[in-house]
Amino acid sequence: MPYDPRLVAPMRDEMVRMGARELKTVAEVDEVLGDQRGTTLVFVNSVCGCAAGNARPALAVALRHAARPQQVVTVFAGQDVEATARARQYFSEYQPSSPSIALFRDGEVVHFVHRHQIEGQSPQTVAANLTGAFDRFCGATV
Amino acid sequence: MTGHVFHPGHHALHGVTVLLETTGGLIYIGRFDSEDEAGAHLLDVAMHDSHGSDLPKEDFIRRTLKFGVRVDQKRAVIPRTEIARIGPLSEVSA
Repeated sequence: MPYDPRLVAPMRDEMVRMGARELKTVAEVDEVLGDQRGTTLVFVNSVCGCAAGNARPALAVALRHAARPQQVVTVFAGQDVEATARARQYFSEYQPSSPSIALFRDGEVVHFVHRHQIEGQSPQTVAANLTGAFDRFCGATV
Repeated sequence: MTGHVFHPGHHALHGVTVLLETTGGLIYIGRFDSEDEAGAHLLDVAMHDSHGSDLPKEDFIRRTLKFGVRVDQKRAVIPRTEIARIGPLSEVSA
């Protein structure tokens, strides 16, 4: 059952402030992930105060890096249930967890950060994981 | 554990995805919930029996690290006496 929208509003706002586009419907997910060119990062948001509470600041730090994805979008697990399920179909070889982060290049998943890679880590450590992938996959040659 | 206390007021591993190996050779990977007299309680668990699988445990762990936990049990309780080692999955290298 989804949480009270008022409870999760700050978690949504945090994503929007860093420039992520929220995808709340299946149609919105398909619009972005259905025919991709370039690089897209999908952040699966979560109400988990500890894991997601680290992951969102980590992404905010990473997005200040010189190399970064061309698009950043987010779905909210447990809140926007259908949109999240649809997004996960685009990276279905990866088991669902939240929070988690998928980086696509030209429609293919090139990097994935699972919840277990976020738990107990500092935002800086998770950000370093992401910026390493940005350097590799989101550079000037893309 | 690296860095922060994950869930203050709980067991140090609460909420953390762990790899637990038993003295009998079973591997459990799941989210640690708690520990009591019954043993360690894990949630959303993948289990590997090296005696009953063609997949070597190293490959099971490597696959889980790359693709995530393929849950086959919502909950598992592993008696303390059977626990050979337990630690965060994030500290396991492929």
